[in-house]
Amino acid sequence: MKGDLFAPGHRACAGCGPAIAMRHILRASGPDVIIAQATGCMEVTTTPYPETAWGVPWIHVTFENAASVASGIAEALKMQGRENTKVIAIGGDGGSADIGFGALSGMLERGHDVLYITYDNESYANTGVQRSGLTPMYAATTTTPAGSKIPGKTQRKKDLPMIAAAHHIPYVATASIAFIEDFEAKIRKALSIKGPKYIQVLAPCVPGWGIPENKTIYYARKAVETGMWVLYEIENGKLKINYRPQKLAPVKEYLEGQRRFKHLTPELIEKIQDFVKAEYEKLVSKDGMQLF
Amino acid sequence: MELIIGGIIDEPRSTMKNKTGGWRTFRPVVDSSKCIKCGICEKFCPEGIIDIDPEKGAQVDYDYCKGCGICANECPVKAIKMELEKK
Repeated sequence: MKGDLFAPGHRACAGCGPAIAMRHILRASGPDVIIAQATGCMEVTTTPYPETAWGVPWIHVTFENAASVASGIAEALKMQGRENTKVIAIGGDGGSADIGFGALSGMLERGHDVLYITYDNESYANTGVQRSGLTPMYAATTTTPAGSKIPGKTQRKKDLPMIAAAHHIPYVATASIAFIEDFEAKIRKALSIKGPKYIQVLAPCVPGWGIPENKTIYYARKAVETGMWVLYEIENGKLKINYRPQKLAPVKEYLEGQRRFKHLTPELIEKIQDFVKAEYEKLVSKDGMQLF
Repeated sequence: MELIIGGIIDEPRSTMKNKTGGWRTFRPVVDSSKCIKCGICEKFCPEGIIDIDPEKGAQVDYDYCKGCGICANECPVKAIKMELEKK
């Protein structure tokens, strides 16, 4: 929409999932916000010097310390008595789950008034699709190529939202760009709460996942419909599942058509199906419970 | 070009100078008689360059549209068709 705080002309790929997430972060936050963003796709493609797509104060920080810089901004605003101005830290899955993990944990533990948002495209896409801690099991990346030795990444996806929640922070949520109103509502809710907040949004990557550029939203939706990605909130330690399909769609519907999963045999798909079903049931059984 | 100390960029939303419409292979064409003005295409556009006109429906800014086709794929009434770009 013309006049969005996030401008077009940025260099993100056609059909970029994370770019959709960025637009809606600013739509939900409004103009009175300061963003600290870690190195990653959205940093590189939105700020080709001397241009920026951002219509709000924004600072690029290294891969490691978006959370630290955001902490400092929040404390400075507090000293200045400008507590209405919101602070959002944004990192990709590599910048959040791996490289900036310590800084993120420190920010959550110290209790700064910051919303940290991870846009999860499940690999280091900007540098050529290397595996990250949030790459799902059996996905092929350039550092976990599928072949006769390994069927893609052999480890499971790190459970970052639960790790964030284990810091006993007031608000944690998962989101998907296909459920965009839900994502925006979660951002608005998080920003209304004092203290550290964490949201992780699944945002498919066209070159990284090997999907057609018009299918970004399709796969973000399939992930939720199949139970590969579950939408939930943890408010003051209490779990609430936000979306429960009447019946989970078979994971095959999600895996099919993605280049990173094209090596999967029926046996491996079966294994993923069993794993996803078990994990989903485990999570759903805790709906409404005090987890932390 | 004058560089500012600290690599500061002092012009917000300045990527607008970069018209990404040249990236496009397929052009989304909206059939305004079918468009129900629901705004789904606008929400899911990675560029944020679709406006919903109360009369004419979805309006695409071709200066920036990269032609990804998410709008056409997500349109619930199939009012958007992707047509090969003629240069």
